Amino acid sequence: MTPVLELRGIDKSFGPVQVLHDVAFTAYAGEVTALVGDNGAGKSTLVKCVGGIYPIDSGDYLFEGKPVHVNSPRDAAELGIEIVYQDLALCDNLDIVQNMFLGRERRNGLVLDEDSMEELAQKTLASLSVKTVKSIRQLVSSLSGGQRQTVAIAKAVLWNSKVVILDEPTAALGVAQTAQVLELVRRLADNGLAVVLISHNMNDVFAVADRIAALYLGRMAAQVKAADVTHSQVVELITSGRSGELGLKNGSGVTQ
Amino acid sequence: MTDLASRPAQAPEAGARRRRAIGAQRLSDATILLLLIGMIAAFSVLTPAGTFLSLSNFESVLLTASQLLILSCGTTFLLIAGGLDLSIGAVTVFSAVVVAKVMGALAGTAAQAADFQYPNLAVAVAAAVGGGLAVGLGWGVLNGVLAVRTRIPPFIATLATGGIVLGLASVWTDGQNVQNVPLPFQTGFGLGKLFGVVPWPIVIAAVVTAVSWVLLAKTRFGLHTYAMGANLEAARRAGIDVGRHMVLLYAGMGALCGLVAIIDVGRFGTASITSHSGDGLAAIAAVVIGGTSLFGGRGRISGTIVGALIPAVLQSGFVIMDVQPFWQNVAVGVVLLVAVYVDQVKIRAQTRA
Repeated sequence: MTPVLELRGIDKSFGPVQVLHDVAFTAYAGEVTALVGDNGAGKSTLVKCVGGIYPIDSGDYLFEGKPVHVNSPRDAAELGIEIVYQDLALCDNLDIVQNMFLGRERRNGLVLDEDSMEELAQKTLASLSVKTVKSIRQLVSSLSGGQRQTVAIAKAVLWNSKVVILDEPTAALGVAQTAQVLELVRRLADNGLAVVLISHNMNDVFAVADRIAALYLGRMAAQVKAADVTHSQVVELITSGRSGELGLKNGSGVTQ
Repeated sequence: MTDLASRPAQAPEAGARRRRAIGAQRLSDATILLLLIGMIAAFSVLTPAGTFLSLSNFESVLLTASQLLILSCGTTFLLIAGGLDLSIGAVTVFSAVVVAKVMGALAGTAAQAADFQYPNLAVAVAAAVGGGLAVGLGWGVLNGVLAVRTRIPPFIATLATGGIVLGLASVWTDGQNVQNVPLPFQTGFGLGKLFGVVPWPIVIAAVVTAVSWVLLAKTRFGLHTYAMGANLEAARRAGIDVGRHMVLLYAGMGALCGLVAIIDVGRFGTASITSHSGDGLAAIAAVVIGGTSLFGGRGRISGTIVGALIPAVLQSGFVIMDVQPFWQNVAVGVVLLVAVYVDQVKIRAQTRA
């Protein structure tokens, strides 16, 4: 099966600091791929490279098997890559519909076509079985953390994205809300999207992920099926870059 | 297009939900509208019958408010988007100097003007109007580019450009008012009326206000303006070209200054160097009284209309009551404090709820 998203040999430096070394990463349709790694391992940088916020220095970026150049967030959005950031980036003063359509509003002549946008937003939320929101004309400022996460994720679905990248979607949530969001993440993948889940939480990762990619000091230590590894192996990959046969070999150039 | 068929069934419900949400927000506008109505009622009672509450006074109040209203419309957009323009008084003055100079120079020779003969009036007016708008727009673009590119806070950037622009206007005119404005421009436009009924400045202000309202409330441009004021990063990530949008807002503000300059020259037959120095702060006061947040993200044109009418109503009432009109400044200051305080209390109550 061709991965929807495939990166090969990605290098990225900021001035003299090389943050990503020869990173490979793949994400498949219908699967949740967890991207794990310690603070500073390069998760955010990798995601921003995927999203076109940082240009890559070298390496191959393949989308549905074809090499592409992603130089701006717009390029990524056009391919169908949507990133849901940790800080969510919603506008508090706008309602749910307006946030979901922000930047891609529908118009009727010169004015906004509010009714058709509202209807489509409603359908999208219904298709994701989202029932926690009272009215989709609620201002986002009145929503809970979990509801905000839901809106941000639904936005990605609304745009028929092929790849949805979620940056720590459960970091600020309580138990019940975390369960709801993870359920939503699973549903996205079951609907045929390639989902990339960045998380620190091993329980979350093992609850929904099909594959696990572990970054260690800017290198991809391993990308494995979740069923093939144990909890503690993943922790070892995160903390030392290797676990038994898995992971980076000695002499692989890891400085430090 | 596939969902066109199902839309009629869903649309009424959708529309109703949106109207309810908007209705809740409008409640906060009502307070300041009540204040305006209260002022009008009070002056109506306190003044002799047929003075304050008369059609001619109504017209004169609107005429007084027209220029402030135009500037306030532009300021509403800027404040909602998180911008600020303190230079609008200066840009208005500079544009007025351009309008008056160009019109005076092109309309005819000095000898002809002395006889009130203006052989090239049409060309002169067209050039002056175009020049005034273009110069206002130009200064606006400069403000916008400074705000976006240099990251100098707009408060400082526009304070500086305001000083520069007003200084240049004064240097150019030796600090003297520009006087040789063709009389027909004043009688025909500044003091003229559409269909002999509605003064031109009021017509222009009404059109600007209506266009601003539609633009802000109904279009993508307006929505993006709100989005930028609430969360610039979110707007940027949503693919909005926030730099371009901000420059457009400042440019529009500048063009409105040019428009006000044209009206001002028409009404008073002169380009006055000193009479607009307070316009920037007056417009900000009117807009904030009207419920727009100084910190961006919140506001609407309906509130701005009320906010821009309050000073004119106060002035008119005080003049008729033979109270020193300077009390208007005092009253507007008090209203500004009360309006912002009430707003803050409301926001605190909302966030607690």
